[in-house]
Amino acid sequence: MTWLDQALWGVLPYLVLLVLIGGTVWRYRFDKFGWTTRSSELYEKSILRIASPLFHFGLLVVIIGHVVGLAVPKSWTEAVGVSDTMYHVMALSLGIVAGVCTLVGIALLIYRRRTNGPVFSATTVNDKVMYLVLVAAIVAGLATTVLSAGADLAGGHGHDYRVTVSVWFRGIWILHPDVAAMAAATPAFKLHVLIGMALFALFPFSRLVHAFSAPVQYLFRPYIVYRSRDPIPGRASRPAQRGWG
Amino acid sequence: MATAAGQAAQAPGARPIGRVMAQVAMVMNLDKCIGCHTCSVTCKQAWTNRSGVEYVWFNNVETRPGQGYPRQYEDQDKWRGGWRRTAGGKLKLRAGGRLKKLATIFANPVMPSIRDYYEPWTYDYESLITAPLGDDMPVARPYSLISGEPMKVEWSANWDDNLAGGPEIASGDPIARKLGEKVRFSFEETFMFYLPRICEHCLNPSCVASCPSGAMYKRAEDGIVLVDQEKCRGWRMCVTGCPYKKVYFNHKTGKAEKCTLCYPRVEVGMPTVCSETCVGRLRYLGVILYDVDRVSEAAAVADEHDLYEAQLGVFLDPEDPDVRAAARRDGIPDRWLESARRSPVYALAKRHKVALPLHPEYRTMPMVWYIPPLSPVVDALTGTGHDGEDAGNLFGAIESLRIPAEYLAELFTAGDVAPVNASLRRLAAMRSYMRRINLGEERDETIAAAVGMRGRDIEDMYRLLALAKYEDRYVIPTAYGVDDADRGVIEEVGCSLDTDGGPGMGGMGGPIPFGEASGQPPPASVETFHALRERQTSDGGGHLAGRVNLLNWDGNGTPDGLFPPSGSGGGGAAADRPPDGAGAPEGGAR
Repeated sequence: MTWLDQALWGVLPYLVLLVLIGGTVWRYRFDKFGWTTRSSELYEKSILRIASPLFHFGLLVVIIGHVVGLAVPKSWTEAVGVSDTMYHVMALSLGIVAGVCTLVGIALLIYRRRTNGPVFSATTVNDKVMYLVLVAAIVAGLATTVLSAGADLAGGHGHDYRVTVSVWFRGIWILHPDVAAMAAATPAFKLHVLIGMALFALFPFSRLVHAFSAPVQYLFRPYIVYRSRDPIPGRASRPAQRGWG
Repeated sequence: MATAAGQAAQAPGARPIGRVMAQVAMVMNLDKCIGCHTCSVTCKQAWTNRSGVEYVWFNNVETRPGQGYPRQYEDQDKWRGGWRRTAGGKLKLRAGGRLKKLATIFANPVMPSIRDYYEPWTYDYESLITAPLGDDMPVARPYSLISGEPMKVEWSANWDDNLAGGPEIASGDPIARKLGEKVRFSFEETFMFYLPRICEHCLNPSCVASCPSGAMYKRAEDGIVLVDQEKCRGWRMCVTGCPYKKVYFNHKTGKAEKCTLCYPRVEVGMPTVCSETCVGRLRYLGVILYDVDRVSEAAAVADEHDLYEAQLGVFLDPEDPDVRAAARRDGIPDRWLESARRSPVYALAKRHKVALPLHPEYRTMPMVWYIPPLSPVVDALTGTGHDGEDAGNLFGAIESLRIPAEYLAELFTAGDVAPVNASLRRLAAMRSYMRRINLGEERDETIAAAVGMRGRDIEDMYRLLALAKYEDRYVIPTAYGVDDADRGVIEEVGCSLDTDGGPGMGGMGGPIPFGEASGQPPPASVETFHALRERQTSDGGGHLAGRVNLLNWDGNGTPDGLFPPSGSGGGGAAADRPPDGAGAPEGGAR
């Protein structure tokens, strides 16, 4: 374990967390007005109609895959009778499909952004940096998946991130990151993790914040929202219930 | 058809009055609209003269028959706005329920694109003065405000102005299409009128119901539908949800924007900018009391033809003591009840029944109502050489000129001709009844009786529609609900100067880190505060250097820059407001 390992896998994650949480709080407090998807659908629809759902739904599956792969310990899946091979076939096949969808989606979106005049002129430097890091994260992630799948197909064993990256990742949350485990991961995984951390650090300062406002509460709130001119409790407020209320 | 005030009251033994809410509503008298677009222009100057909303007209005036703005917005098979009634008798958003909304959030399949409105442009004016000397006149070429590229101007918000009835335009009118074969738009049958439109501030707003973020809301005190700019996340579902297409997407800020019913003005008792500046004096503003617990049921009646009556049934009679008691119970102050009694909107919609809702079949319970135009009928009648103001002739013409009536019915009563005819008959009766008085003849009660009115009602209606005094047209109480003592808006905005980041706390945003749209805008109440202080009630206020802020011009005096200099001699204000126009809005001077 070198000092570099300590810095990258022991210290950096906490700096990123600090920036992510602190930055988000700061942004929410001081820039609610700038907190939006900055949708460009008004300018162009035909490519967006395919590319945007492809990218976003792909990404949702990718996120679920990450949560399962990182948060669920290997011993748990083995305990419920999922063999290593089964798990890998599942994870890799689903991961490749979702990853390719995401990549194709974002490629189309970037193509649209570059070639459609109005969309391009609505693109800020901030957006460009964000796209760069986002694409790098997706490509690096897909590369790790493809490498693992390739190794599996060749008959050998790909790198098992569940005994390196996942162990380290879970350690972060109990303030005891297993730096050695992460240091033992392959360079491809290390690169993906580093780019991922860059993305998280960028998150609060880019348009990515719209992900935090995923409107799940829409499923539960009354259809018609009444609000008072001035928030005085008890006046002109109606009990919130689903439907019209 | 009796119009006695008591008739509208709840019958004893009927179900109890539910929660009472008040709404500032509008009526427009289409007979008086000359299509001058002053309302659109002043509204634009006040609200949407910013980048990102170049294409947005909170107020627009459409020539009907015509396609409207955005083009063919009334075609709900295409745009899927508003509500539809399910087989089970429930209301569902036409564009899909909650899950469908979330599933299509990444690309809204039925959102209009900029082309459906129009691509806004400017001209390269600089070339006019920088062009090198030559034989040809330099030309200012149009440039798109969206892409910045040179463009060919082919359509705009009002491209088909005054072109009603022409086959190319009329064939694009969703209503004319609905009427199909019946409308041939032959030269003899051509008719045309103007339809000014703002947000309907509906009782059952489908835009609010469509908003995934919960950023859109209906104000409990005055029913104004607004977008919370800090909560809007730009999911764009409101644009689809509104069947009138009166919620717009600001493509620079990424937020929805819509007509605010000029709430900063209405709160202090001033009429909206569009009303204030209306040349034809055709707009009316007043309070309607309604039973909010009956809205969803009224919006879900089975037969579309019943929607108009159902909505009338939701409106409460402010003269009814039970209604007044219920309103007090629900925290509506007495001065609002007084205002509701004098409301021209209630009088025109419910007492005289001449105003009708726009497209009730969208089931949103719109609150900007229209008095259908009698002029096409009168014109056609006069054209045939008959006396266009004789009651008998007019009644007959209303029955026989089917096409205008059927067209109007598609606009105002979901295709039911009866209420449109009834309204037109009352307008016709007013003309001939009042003409007799003008000519010094006897009052003819039979004319009034023929349309189920009394002479007194007709004279009331005449005062409202023909004389249309400023203080009768705009009966707007000042805002309430500020605090328990209900101090009024002026003190309230004084306090909110001290909000976080407000000028009272020594900051107005500072540098903006995430593009021009980010950072904190000053709260509207702060702007209102400054506006009130600098209110242009007099000829003063020269510090604005020739610019006039119409948002806080109260219609009095002649501020610098509003009118061109009045020629030689400095004769002073030629455009001074006539004395009857200076009536102070209710409550404003207390």
